[in-house]
Amino acid sequence: MTSDSRSGDTGSRITYENVSKRYAGNSGAAAVHDVSLEITPGELVVILGPSGCGKTTLLKLTNRLYEPTGGTIRLDGDDITSLSPTRLRRRMGYVIQQTGLFPHLRIADNVAVVPKLLGWDKARIGRRVDELLELVGLPPDEYRRRYPSQLSGGQQQRVGLARALAGEPRTLLMDEPFGALDAITRTRLQDELRRLHRQMGQTMVFVTHDIEEALRLADRIIVMRDGAVVQYDTPLAVVTRPADEFVAQLVGSGNVMRRLELLPIRDVVRPLDGRAPRADEATILASGTGRAALDRLLESSSDRVIVVDADARPIGWVDFATVHGISQPGAGIASMGIDDTIVTDADAIVATGSSR
Amino acid sequence: MSGLSLDYLFENPGRVLELTLEHLQLSVYALLLGLVIAIPLGVLGARFPALGLPILSVLGAIYTIPSLAFLAILIPVVGLGTNNAVIVLAAYSLTFLVRNIITGLRGVDPAVIEAARGMGLSGAQVFTRVTLPLALPVIVAGVRTATVVTISTATVAGWVAAGGLGRLLFDGVKLRRPEQILAGAIAITLLAILADLLIRWLSRYLAANRARRAATGRT
Repeated sequence: MTSDSRSGDTGSRITYENVSKRYAGNSGAAAVHDVSLEITPGELVVILGPSGCGKTTLLKLTNRLYEPTGGTIRLDGDDITSLSPTRLRRRMGYVIQQTGLFPHLRIADNVAVVPKLLGWDKARIGRRVDELLELVGLPPDEYRRRYPSQLSGGQQQRVGLARALAGEPRTLLMDEPFGALDAITRTRLQDELRRLHRQMGQTMVFVTHDIEEALRLADRIIVMRDGAVVQYDTPLAVVTRPADEFVAQLVGSGNVMRRLELLPIRDVVRPLDGRAPRADEATILASGTGRAALDRLLESSSDRVIVVDADARPIGWVDFATVHGISQPGAGIASMGIDDTIVTDADAIVATGSSR
Repeated sequence: MSGLSLDYLFENPGRVLELTLEHLQLSVYALLLGLVIAIPLGVLGARFPALGLPILSVLGAIYTIPSLAFLAILIPVVGLGTNNAVIVLAAYSLTFLVRNIITGLRGVDPAVIEAARGMGLSGAQVFTRVTLPLALPVIVAGVRTATVVTISTATVAGWVAAGGLGRLLFDGVKLRRPEQILAGAIAITLLAILADLLIRWLSRYLAANRARRAATGRT
């Protein structure tokens, strides 16, 4: 879980109670089978799993594009079937992989669809459209009057995001929104989504089959297989304490470098405790990964790197031992005691590292 | 050669104009009736793909009925006159109208429709604000073909006393007046070409309008 202090009033609580979905005429396994879990307000939850695992079905049950064959879904405590599907959907943003922008409408009109449905006045809609285009990095004066076909794939999905946010929803549902984008654009949009989420605090439910994307974005991950939830936990816990062999395989728990690339160091930063940073010590952002920390350690002459916040203020440090600690299978935050064995191992790494 | 003389056209402009208007009126009635029937059929065929093929097959079969035979079959039912001709012409127009309505509606990107539903548009709003505008160019193309075919075929209306430029042809044959036949043929051809140009211009104007708005958006 992130340490952001978000208030719950901009995001909805979503509760699934024994939710099942079986398609008519399909005698096989249910698409979604007996799912019970709660998404807390303001959380960014990623539903992760291989194709056919039911992740998209679970998402579409949430805004009633599909109706469950069993169980109840609650939005802030209210059964979602107490609202008409259209009223419900206007309260939730929805972003899909193919963007689904309306090709016959200008960008501004695409973004304005839900506010218009909600009956906002013209001036308010105009302000909201400009504000959102600004927010997703498309200068309104330049893009407002364009048509979707005049935009690149990445720009189109930015508009898709702006459109989904337009009605000030407390929940955002996203179905593999970055799946069709090239790697560079995808990474950039992932970063921006995290920024938007921090900034605005909606509850976000994000479907993907891409483990890297899940670990990058999620506060918590729902791992699904064959319609059932296998694990629902933080990225760190999913990687370091996979519920079973399937999850371990899916997230690549066995691969040390992989884990280091994916795991943030912000959770294992050790306090400065009077050992003030020296000018020659390398620094790393608290949002950096274990892999980045390892790189800095190997490059630098010092045996620790100073962890700094976004304003370059030192907030602590990590060394080989801490990096080694998070690289271990089963080493979650809680069990991260720095015992003698690990220190010994780390010393060995330090020796190797400095002899280069 | 008297057969290629345009004398009739120049000596009876009033008569030709009167019959042209009759011809046009007949065609417009037939197209309107055709659209009223084609729209629900097309929507049905687009929504339920299993119905699309049977509907189009039946309409295609109707189109193959020779026009004079079709008119004759209807004489015992609706008698001679305008109704008879309008029904036949409308039936012929269906195959073009319905085919393009189905193609147009089915051609709309399903992702766009899913997004529209997911944003909270009702079924009717999805249809009128998203599906129909996007399918319109294809539907208009169908109307264009149907219009040309209807105007040409409306010639046979003269055979069941429904009026129109066909009268010039049938009378001309009966009275052995080739210049009258020529006048009728020229008038029908011009009418069909003009209607085609008009609809083409209309759809180009709509497309250009959109492109122009898009272009100004670039600056």
